[in-house]
Amino acid sequence: MSEVLVLVDEVDGEVKKVTFELLTAAREIGEPAAVVVAAPGTAAKVKESLAAYGAAKVYVAESDDVATYLVTPKVDVLANLVGAKSPAAVLIPATAEGKEIAGRLAVRTGSGLLIEAIGVESSGDDVVGVQSIFGGAFTVKAKSTRGTPVVTVRPGGVEAVQAQGAAAEETVEVPAVDAAKATTVTGREPVVGGDRPELTEASIVVSGGRGVGSAEKFEVVEQLADALGAAVGASRAAVDSGYYPAQFQVGQTGKTVSPQLYVALGISGAIQHRAGMQTSKTIVAVNKDAEAPIFEIADFGVVGDLFAVAPQLAGEVAKRKG
Amino acid sequence: MPNIVVLVKQVPDTYSERRLAEADHTLDRESADAVLDEINERAVEEALLIKEAHGGEVTVLSVGPERATEAIRKALSMGADKAVHVTDPALHGSCLLQTTRVLAAAIGKVDGVDLVIAGNEATDGRGGAIPAMLAEVLGYPQLTHARKVTVDGSAITVTRETDTGLTHLSATLPAVVSVGEKINEPRYPSFKGIMAAKKKPVETFTVADLGIDAAEVGLAAASTTVLESTPKPPRSAGQRVEDAGDGGAKIAEYLIGQKLI
Ligand SMILES: Cc1cc2nc3c(=O)[nH]c(=O)nc-3n(C[C@H](O)[C@H](O)[C@H](O)COP(=O)(O)OP(=O)(O)OC[C@H]3O[C@@H](n4cnc5c(N)ncnc54)[C@H](O)[C@@H]3O)c2cc1C
Ligand SMILES: Nc1ncnc2c1ncn2[C@@H]1O[C@H](COP(=O)(O)O)[C@@H](O)[C@H]1O
Repeated sequence: MSEVLVLVDEVDGEVKKVTFELLTAAREIGEPAAVVVAAPGTAAKVKESLAAYGAAKVYVAESDDVATYLVTPKVDVLANLVGAKSPAAVLIPATAEGKEIAGRLAVRTGSGLLIEAIGVESSGDDVVGVQSIFGGAFTVKAKSTRGTPVVTVRPGGVEAVQAQGAAAEETVEVPAVDAAKATTVTGREPVVGGDRPELTEASIVVSGGRGVGSAEKFEVVEQLADALGAAVGASRAAVDSGYYPAQFQVGQTGKTVSPQLYVALGISGAIQHRAGMQTSKTIVAVNKDAEAPIFEIADFGVVGDLFAVAPQLAGEVAKRKG
Repeated sequence: MPNIVVLVKQVPDTYSERRLAEADHTLDRESADAVLDEINERAVEEALLIKEAHGGEVTVLSVGPERATEAIRKALSMGADKAVHVTDPALHGSCLLQTTRVLAAAIGKVDGVDLVIAGNEATDGRGGAIPAMLAEVLGYPQLTHARKVTVDGSAITVTRETDTGLTHLSATLPAVVSVGEKINEPRYPSFKGIMAAKKKPVETFTVADLGIDAAEVGLAAASTTVLESTPKPPRSAGQRVEDAGDGGAKIAEYLIGQKLI
């Protein structure tokens, strides 16, 4: 079976859930080979969890350059592996950085680039990417016509399933970076993740819109989210009004989420918001306007005041959890 | 005096809904079905701010169908100096790689380019890859997802903002920058600007003019091909209840029934 390269997304040795999703997807089309391009010492920390999701191999490319230069070290390592191992495909998380790595890798290797896949399949000798486009209105299947297909896979697009892999390590070199063509990273200020799950990783998302009314009152959204163990999201109107930080925006110009449950509080359901959440498995909406378009796509809707409904729901959930 | 090329793309208008939802937003509606992508207005704005501080010339570049001239005019009316429009029936259905190659070749037609500024992600395709791909083809450093851009002589520094937080970047010109939503507030074209834009030069190229064989671009030669596309049945509305003091409890009941809690 041919190898399928999976670029590992990790932060300080902690593997992101999307990596497990990619390893799961890779098993559909070949033998997953995780590629760790990171600071020295990272592979030792991540190996076990990669094995738990079926990584047959782990390519270890460790160097201090990885933190010093933006994107290029990862492209360099993957390009060398594509040349040396002729994998069936390369799967990369469709994050801001992942999309850039994938784009550059496709240019470098002259390969077709399939973006924002929600799954991969084999069809004869071809690797087919399944894409959900226009905010979930169409499902498209596409393939690369040349080179090794480079596929960016949307976080949350595939459900991660465990499977034991051998995780056989092989060290590979991080090529020296051409400083003139590269971008130097002079500092980082990571977002300090609170106790809540990440928006694109969460299985439940509770979002608030302009109907929440103020930054202070967003507490109501947070309290329900915490009762449900959910991530917090926001509509663009809520973000633009300064109620909630931009990285939590859901929609066409924000995050695409497809959790098991999406709860929309005080969100009208504009097409651009729907584009980011309508592939959620179950949608619950609370809005005081019975005509709000969000009800057209909600599995369960309550016409009412979110300040009455959300706390009551949070209370019920807490009661149930004891 | 940096010479700047701004990449602009015309995208399908998704705003008819916005008109209803956000009456307070003024939008250019010269065309009902296609507009200059909002993020590209910010790219143009950033180029104009750099020009105002350091001099130089701002050239707008668009690869796209005939009607993309509207997007180009909008950028010119904001204050860009001139434009390059690559338009060719052969381009229809081009993939990301082909588009990148054409953009790179067109940038080669502009003299002494120091800085290429793009949007970070187009609202239609959501590729978010073109600026990085262009950097790869041109051999320039990429400073993408910029929230802040500072040019000082041949040095450029950018604050990059993504989900993971802020990253501070530095590189030497020439470089490719892509801008994020929070970089600036684009100016509205003044009446004077709109009039002046009508007289600004727009150079039109076919792919052959760029030294690219028409057979290498477009659907038939694309590096990816769509095998099938299926419209998803639109989501239908489920149950809806009026809150009679028990709305929260009703939701809880529903979620328990669905085994979601
Ligand atoms: C290019 C472009 C990109 C965009 N991208 C995005 C995007 O990524 N994400 C996004 O969300 N939007 C996006 N938008 C904006 C989108 O068009 C809408 O304007 C936005 O989603 C509206 O947010 P909202 O539903 O919170 O606000 P509104 O439309 O103002 O709706 C507020 C709702 O709250 C209800 N409400 C008020 N008070 C209460 C209460 N006490 N209890 C219950 N309900 C209450 C009201 O009935 C109303 O339905 C984009 C627009 C454009 C043009
Ligand atoms: N056909 C095009 N013509 C000009 N600029 C483009 C074109 N396609 C993409 N771009 C630029 O690249 C940015 C990111 O696009 P994308 O990578 O497609 O999401 C856009 O905001 C534009 O600035």
